[in-house]
Order: sequence, then C-alpha cells, then structure tokens
Amino acid sequence: MKISPEAAKLRSREANTSPEAAKPRSCGAQTDRLMGSFNLGTRFLLFIALFFASTLLLAQSSRGKTKILTARVESPGPIAIRGAKLLTITHGVIENGVLVMENGKITAIGGAGTAIPRGAQVIDASGMTVYPGLIDSETNLGLTEIEAVRASNDIVEPTEEIFPNMHVFDAFHAETERIPVTRFNGVTNAIVAPGSADSIPGQDIFIQLAGKDRDEMVMLRDNALPLNMNGSQRRRGGRGIEGAHFPSTRMGVAEQVRQAFLDAQDYEARQQAAAKSGKGEPFKRDLKMEALLPYLHGQRPVVIGAEEPTDLETAMSIAHEFNLKVILNHVTHAQEILDEVASWHVPVVFGPIYDFPKPNERYDAVYSMPAELAKRGVKLAFASYRVENNRNLPYEAGYAVAFGLPYDDALKSVTLNAAEIWGVADKLGSLDVGKLGNVVIANGDPLDVKTTVKQVFIDGREIPMENRQTRLRDQYGGVPPEPAPAH
Amino acid sequence: MRFLSWASRLLMVALTLTLPALAQSANAQQGDLLIRGGTVLTVTHGEIQNGSVLIHNGKIAAVGRNVAAPAGATVIDATGKYVMPGVIDCHSHLALDSDVNEATSPITPSMMMIDAFQNTDKGLYQALAGGVTTLLLLHGSANMIGGQAVVIKNKFGLSRADMLFPNAPRSIKFASGENPKRVYGSRNQLPSTRMGNFEVQREALLQAKEYMRTWDEYNAKVQKGDKDAKMPRHDLKLEALADVLRGKLYVQIHCYRADEFLNEIAMAHEFGYHIRAFHHALEAYKVADKIAAEGIAVATWPDWWGFKVEAWDAQPWNAVMCMRHGIRVALKSDSNDLVRRLNQDAGKVIHYGGATREEALKMITLNPAWIIGVDDRVGSLDVGKDGDVSIWNSDPLSSYAKVDKTIIDGVVYFDSSLPGYGLTKWKDAPMSQGDFEGSDDEDGVGEVQQ
Repeated sequence: MKISPEAAKLRSREANTSPEAAKPRSCGAQTDRLMGSFNLGTRFLLFIALFFASTLLLAQSSRGKTKILTARVESPGPIAIRGAKLLTITHGVIENGVLVMENGKITAIGGAGTAIPRGAQVIDASGMTVYPGLIDSETNLGLTEIEAVRASNDIVEPTEEIFPNMHVFDAFHAETERIPVTRFNGVTNAIVAPGSADSIPGQDIFIQLAGKDRDEMVMLRDNALPLNMNGSQRRRGGRGIEGAHFPSTRMGVAEQVRQAFLDAQDYEARQQAAAKSGKGEPFKRDLKMEALLPYLHGQRPVVIGAEEPTDLETAMSIAHEFNLKVILNHVTHAQEILDEVASWHVPVVFGPIYDFPKPNERYDAVYSMPAELAKRGVKLAFASYRVENNRNLPYEAGYAVAFGLPYDDALKSVTLNAAEIWGVADKLGSLDVGKLGNVVIANGDPLDVKTTVKQVFIDGREIPMENRQTRLRDQYGGVPPEPAPAH
Repeated sequence: MRFLSWASRLLMVALTLTLPALAQSANAQQGDLLIRGGTVLTVTHGEIQNGSVLIHNGKIAAVGRNVAAPAGATVIDATGKYVMPGVIDCHSHLALDSDVNEATSPITPSMMMIDAFQNTDKGLYQALAGGVTTLLLLHGSANMIGGQAVVIKNKFGLSRADMLFPNAPRSIKFASGENPKRVYGSRNQLPSTRMGNFEVQREALLQAKEYMRTWDEYNAKVQKGDKDAKMPRHDLKLEALADVLRGKLYVQIHCYRADEFLNEIAMAHEFGYHIRAFHHALEAYKVADKIAAEGIAVATWPDWWGFKVEAWDAQPWNAVMCMRHGIRVALKSDSNDLVRRLNQDAGKVIHYGGATREEALKMITLNPAWIIGVDDRVGSLDVGKDGDVSIWNSDPLSSYAKVDKTIIDGVVYFDSSLPGYGLTKWKDAPMSQGDFEGSDDEDGVGEVQQ
C-alpha cells in the first residue's frame, strides 16, 4: 500500500474498549506529527459477504481483526480526531478538542473530555488545526482538463446568449485530475458553473470533491442560474459595426434577458391554461422556458455576474422586475456604490480579489473591497474561478484579511457563508453535530500560504492524500532531505 | 557626563568643520535613511529582531541590532513591521505596451526590449506596491530566439532613462516547445514541431558562427594590410547571435519539458555558450541533477499547472526538489497579476517541500538577482549593496502581508500611508493607460500565454 509522505508521518490505532482506553499511543509533542490511518477504507476492500441477501458483512482489516459491519461497505467506523485546535465557525475555537465522525456525519464535538465511542479510530492531531472543508463558490472543475486542449473543454455553449437549458450536470467529468489536486488543499465542496460568454449560459451544480462516481459527487443539480451582464456578452460582431448581430450592446443584452423571462411567464400561463382546458391536447414543451420557471418562482437563485456599477444596477433592476432571488458574483469594481450594494440585502460571491484595479485607481481598490462590503453587513463568499489553481481559494480569503477583512469573516466566507448562500448550511460549513464529515486537518491557519493540509475527510471518509502531482513527485524521488544547498 | 562628551565632540566638530565639510554633511543628510525597530530579513545572514538598516547615499551602510542614526538622517520607524530586500522579478513582460513578441520570424535576437519600454505603465506601480524593486523585462516566447531584455529599477514616476538598472548585464530570451511551434505552425510556416524548433535554432547559431568567421577573416586581412579586403555587412541579428556565442549575453530560456532542457543543454555545448536559467521549467524536477551539473538556474512558479499540455506534469514540489538538488531557484511572475504578490509565492515553497524561511526569501530576491546578473548589487540586506528595501506590515511569507513602503537606492517610491496612489515621485495626474486590461497576456502569443 502506497502512502504519501504526509500520510506516512501518521500513525493510528483503533480504540477497542472504553473511551478511556481509546487513548492513542503517545507520539510525542511534535506538532508535525499526526496520528491516523489514512487508508482505512482500503483495508475494508478485503471483505466477504456471508449471506447474499443480508447486509451483514464480515470485514477483515489488515491487522487481522474481524468486524461485523451493518452499514454500507464504504462507510468507515467512527473516527475521532483529538488534541487539535478546532475552528468550529459557529461556536468559536476549541483548544485541545475532540471531534467524532460516524456514518458520514459529525456526531460529537467538544473539549478534551468529549466521549470517544467504542471502536473508534483515533487520530491524534496534537498541534494541528481542524476546520470544516472549504467551499469554493465558483469553479469549472470537471468542465475542462487542459484549457489549451479544446477537446477537453466543455465550459460554455456559445451559439446563443440565452441557454438556461444547458446543464453543467450533463458535462461534469467527475474523474478529472483537478479534483484530487484541489481537495489536497482542503477544498471539499464547490459550485461548478458554465463560462460567462453567454448572459444565461446554463445551470450550476454543487459538488462534493470526492465520491466514486458523478452521482455520488453531485450534491445539488441545477441549483442556480448564472446571469452574466458584464459587457462581454454583447459579442455579436461588435458594437455598431457593419455585420454586427443582436445583441451588440448592453441595451441589447438587457432587452434579451427581459424578453426571455417575459416569454417564460407567458409560457407558464399557456401551460396552466392548457392544463385547465381539459381538452387533452398535448402541450408543446419548451426546454428553455421550462428551465427558467424555478428561477421566476424564486425557488432557486440567479447568480448575477457583473463587476461595474452600471451593469450591477441594470441586472438588479431586471431581478427586481421579475422578483428573482439574487446572489451577486464578482462585484470587483463597485467601489462607487458600496452602500447601494448593501441595500440590496443579497449575498456576494466576491472576486477574484486579484482583479486589476481600473486604470486610474489605487493599487488596492479591489483588494480592499471585501473589507468594505463586510463593513456594510454584506454576506461574503469567495471563489477561485480560474481552473488551474482552484486549490488557492483559501489564499484569496487570506489576502482580503491583509486589506482589512476581519479574520473570522474571511474564514466564514469560505465555509459557513458559502454553505448558507448555496442552501446547504444544514450539511456543511461548520463543525457541528449532524453536519457532514467534511473536515480538514492542517498544520496551521487554513488561510495562510505556508500551511500544509495533512488530511481531508469528505462524508466522514479519509481521502487518500495523493493525486497526480504527488505521484509525479514521488516517482522522481520526492523532495530530497537537507543538507541545504550552497545557494 | 555622557551628554558633555557628546556635546563637546559636537562642538569640536563644528569648530573644525570647513565649508566643504558642511556641504558634505548636507549631502549626508539627504542620503541617510535609517529604518529601525523592525524584524529584518537579511536573506543572507538570518533574521534580526528589532533590527535596523542604514542606507547612506543610496547604499546599505549598516545592518544590525544597534545602528545609530547619523545626524539628520531620515528615520522610518518599522516597529512591528518586517524589513526585507526589494522583491526581484526575473521574468516579466510589464511596461512593454503589448509589444512583447516580434512574432514575424522565429529568430529575432536583435530586438531590444528597451525600445518598447514604457516607464509610465501602471502595472509597474502595482508591482511597486507589491514591494518589487527590480525587474527583468523579457521578449515573449513566440520565437526560438527572441530579443534582448532590459533590466529596470522600479523607480516609478522617474524618467525612462532614470529607471534603467545601471550597467546591468545583457540577457537574451530563448524559447522552445509549444509556443513557437504554435505561432508559426498555425501560419503553415517553419517551425511547426519541436524538430522544427530546434532546427531553426541550430541553423541560426550556425549562421552566427559563419558570420564571426567572415569577420575574423576580414579583420585578419586588414591587419595584414590587405587594402582589397572586402568588409562584411554589419548585421544586427547575427551580431546579437555572435554575442551569444561570445558569452556576452545571458541566455534565458523559456522551457517546460525535461527532454527540452536536455536538448537546450546539448545545443549550448555544441555551440559553446552557457545557459543562465531555464524559465517556467515545470518539469525541471525530472532532470534536476543534470540541470544542477550545468550550473543553470531555474525560474519557475510554485504552483501553476495544467494550462497547456507542456504544463501538465507540473507539481508544486518542483521548486524545492530542484533546490535540494543544488539548483539556484527563483520564483518569477511572468504575469502582471502575480508580480504584485511574489511574497505569497515564496510562502508556498514552505508549504510545498519545507523550504526554510531564508530559502524561500532567496527565491524572490537573491536568486532572481543572480539570474539577472546583479546579485552583487541587490537581493539581500548586506552592507555595500543598493538600498533597495521593502517594508511590510506583517510577515511577508504569509497571506496577510501588505507593503508599507518600497525603497530604491535609499529613496521611498511607494508609501501606502500616503493618500491617492501612495506614490512619492508620480506627478499628481491620474493614471490613464486605459488599454491596460492586465490580463495574463504575458507572452502575448495566443490564448495560452505562458
């Protein structure tokens, strides 16, 4: 069994009797050492079914212990993390805390005295920091592998501007190499959104960054509708140039969006009328119109992607006309209308924080925006957007702290705020009993560039801390030890 | 008593001073800058808590715990702050107004980037606000042999001439791999494969050899007094290549793949020149021992990957793996975006591979300075070096640091506490370079740039 260097530092034992007996073997006070068995799941590969019709399975661990499992094969027994600093998000920081996961969920969290269930695998995480899995509020994970290779791209369907009937779900490539690389830095959940070339390019999914196939990874399907209005959708041959096609201006884009929502309202009226008429004539379905209805009903959010005041105001006026439920996205150049943005009382997925300031602006005009929005009570989340480095999501939040965002707000923005914005706060975003076991163990502050993630759990399962990049590293000899070189 | 002796010394000095000496003290007053009370990250000799850096007439005059302020010195209180050398970016295409690639021929060694250098580009300001004091502005990677670089000190607000790094060595950009073959292949021209790439390069170097031979013959004839000797043409392109073969240009090679490092090394051996650094070098870890044996440096990113096929085998331990094999490693931006926070990239090599703090800092200071060939003058806080310093409000090797002040040759060019842009030398006019979108349009050769 191949173990990554991170995992190789870790040791574990199973607790077999009482909570008291569940104490792990001491491995000293070294902060860089963490105990745990990181391939427990794989140990259960050697299982034998006793009865064809029974769910009772006899599992043989590599230590030769035999266990009767009544749960799904993939579900490990209880896992307890102890000794770590727990960043709960909802109820402060617990020093030297205990967190227990079982059947995919967090079942207990508390101080050092918290009971550890019988038979739990105990991970000594002394000196470590434990926090909920990070949530990335926009990626295109699984929609592209290598940007420059056209055949690997399924990012956006560019032939029409209004395409609510495109479903990211239909293109999501669950086996992308990018997901194991991304979760390696503690990102456990993400929105996958289509590209922004269309004003309405299709519907998002919300994923877990682990699972044996697509269906296991997609938590929410068609959960949100991007509505992009940042000027770059007016692409039909350019503005006012001979040969231009509609829409070639912001007016055109806005008109087209309005018309689409009006058409959907009409469509629904006709649909209802047809149902009432009782004539039994088949109603001609329109996928595009159907796709817009849940958003017109305010059941699901529209994600307005815009940077500039003008575009934000135009898009918000459309949203108000149709009573849309709104999440704002980007908002990087709204410095002039901060109070107005706050008055809309909608959450903001901010970024990228690395957007360049306008030509005449101070260097930190964008960097300081998250702090300014938070000061006005706006609920913030962050997103990595750019595909090759989704793993750097936490550093965006960290950089906002450098420019005035309170640390707790920054941490919330990539955990609980994101969970609330996407409607999954009952399952994700904090270390609370009943939430999913999406938990990260790291050797320090989650938002700092220096921090190394030691272990990720998704759905209460240990995720192998390896990916294409660790394999390449190890194949070529790994990181040689000291001595330090001459230069 | 102490006061008396101090006062009497002052009196004596005052009595014995002549007018020229007074003039000198006025100069000193102008030239003395003391940064005190901060955590000083020297890069070469550790971190000094509550340390000071004295800059006299633009040069570092003292670094240590107890440095007295000369009379009249300007004092910057850096208590609670971090003081480090200015950040150095050895791979940038800033301030060239998009004139990055003369992509009309795969061999353009006589292009001089200084001819395109636009000193008012606001990207330089944004880099200055990220602590960057020295940059190597390179030709793009469209051509196997691109143009000659310009080295600048980021004295934003000064004239074009005043921003040039005085007497910096000359560098030339080579490239390889996907970019040249895509640019010319898409036009149905040579090169469209890696075979074509290297053939074009070899052919050009052969021409340069021939050119040198022709001139040598001519000069020999002239020396012999042969009046009929026919002077060969002065050819800028071949002259530049001849300078590569003469070892007068540092060769900076854009190169991703392991096989291509080996090809470039073989080519250098074949023609007798040295390679200063492989840039990007995402697969350097695969042949690190061979690169180390050649004394070639590596200028890379800590964690960029997968944006094109030749970046698919990238892994973020590359930088530290190379370093542990004895390669000088620099972290560079090749990006108008990343150049603004190279300090965070340095923090990442602590994360990926466990570099020490000093090793991490070297990758954005002394090592890029070596690649440019100015490590004797910048890149660390050592006495005698240029007074290029960045002061940070928090540990620069973290997500949380922002620059308080950027100082070059002992002069503050950026001060975040100032209103407006925070610039000291920029005229009040608003910046107006409207076309600067700041995309990652580094090499400017199509949809994938790097």
